[in-house]
Amino acid sequence: MSTTTAPRPSGMSPRQRARASRGVQYVVLVAVIVALALIADWGEIRSQLFAGDIISKLFPSIITTALKNTVIYTAGAFVFGLVLGLILALMRLSSVGPYRWIATVVIEFFRGVPALIVFIAFGYGLPIAFGILLPGGIFTTVTVALGLVGAAYMAETIRAGIQAVPKGQMEAARSLGMSQSRAMVSVVIPQAFRIVLPPLTNELILLTKDSSLVYILGLGPSALELTSFGRQALNQYVNLTPLFAVSIAYLVITVPLSIVVRRMEARAERAR
Amino acid sequence: MSTPAIDVQQLHKYFGDNQVLKGIDFHVDNGQVVCVIGPSGSGKSTLLRCVNLLEQPTSGKIFVEGDEITDPDVHVDAIRSRIGMVFQQFNLFPHLTVLRNLTLAQQRVKGRGKDEAAQIARKNLEKVGLAAREDAYPAHLSGGQQQRIAIARALSMDPDMMLFDEPTSALDPELVGDVLGVMKDLAREGMTMMVVTHEMGFAREVGDKLVFMDGGVIVEEGDPVEVLANPQHERTQSFLSKVL
Repeated sequence: MSTTTAPRPSGMSPRQRARASRGVQYVVLVAVIVALALIADWGEIRSQLFAGDIISKLFPSIITTALKNTVIYTAGAFVFGLVLGLILALMRLSSVGPYRWIATVVIEFFRGVPALIVFIAFGYGLPIAFGILLPGGIFTTVTVALGLVGAAYMAETIRAGIQAVPKGQMEAARSLGMSQSRAMVSVVIPQAFRIVLPPLTNELILLTKDSSLVYILGLGPSALELTSFGRQALNQYVNLTPLFAVSIAYLVITVPLSIVVRRMEARAERAR
Repeated sequence: MSTPAIDVQQLHKYFGDNQVLKGIDFHVDNGQVVCVIGPSGSGKSTLLRCVNLLEQPTSGKIFVEGDEITDPDVHVDAIRSRIGMVFQQFNLFPHLTVLRNLTLAQQRVKGRGKDEAAQIARKNLEKVGLAAREDAYPAHLSGGQQQRIAIARALSMDPDMMLFDEPTSALDPELVGDVLGVMKDLAREGMTMMVVTHEMGFAREVGDKLVFMDGGVIVEEGDPVEVLANPQHERTQSFLSKVL
């Protein structure tokens, strides 16, 4: 026992105790992995999840149709959602009462209702209620429906970002003679977007996965995105391999996004 | 008598129930350097911020070069572009380079071309002794350098007068001198200046008038050397005995 520390019941110093408890954690982890490896049916796993012949049959349409459509649907919804989210955020911060109330209602509604129901409302509800079918087919419906859900979330994020920009920035811009809107566009919003970049990317990743809800609209072969493509192949081959392949395809989209954001954060940090 | 640069008449300002300014009458003549001193909470910063409408006066009138800026129909942005403002916290735009900090408002407000704006910006950077830093971001500059850039940014709009809101209070002591030096140069060139400050030495050396505020009123004003050496009012005496 060290002479400089008070005696402890266990007879170990804090550092020794931390090391011992970490050792126990590692042992448990290794034991779980070994147990899983022993009880797993490796033959079944290989034929049901990693069947090479099925994977090769998925190409090229898993990339040229499914992955492409997921990216297109997500991009449409994200761009629409970002623009609308920014507008809603500015309305929430407006000094004009009705702007604030309208924005609040829109945000609360589309944040609180499941995305699937929004899809159904735009795909089937609009034609029934108003006789309106959105022009541009599936793409427009996804853009608007998923975009509205995304906008509701992004509006609150962007609003918080705008409020996080120090008040002195607006004052400095105004004292140079810039109008309120010019100061917003040139000074406040660029800084707000740096602050909210990580949560916005998080939203983009969520939208990428939520774009799978488009299946409810009923998709022709050329409109299939990753999840509906995977489900169709699952039925066709009676094998789980397509879902594994589709999962990898989602990661191909989302992991680079995370990496790009980490880079941008590092760069913004340097400019601070 | 020519029109004063700044003329404040019976200015009152409330924040909620809290009355911060209690009937201020005050003016700054063209080419004058007026320093405003007083304990914190005396209303001196609020008075300064009212002059370019960063705070909206509750009642009273303010004239800038004869134009009433407290008129509700006044074109605020046009008035503000004639008044340069320097803040305690510098408030440089952190996402823009030094040069862009100086050219943004020139281009967007004054409608100057990119090259013309850059040329004027460089002239003013030279004036504050920071010509070499035009590509730096504000975060890479010391507080004193940032404040000098902020002064150069305000000067690039060719203001008729400059307002300084405790420009050296956020600086490390060894950096104060550079900023005061730039301000002294400006005063020597004849710039009209209103300076809220704790720098009594600056007030004595370059000030044409010293105003002492306490509790939302002007307690005493006059020649800086006189007021600092021989304050008439008891509250001025007690304040000066604490800071000098």
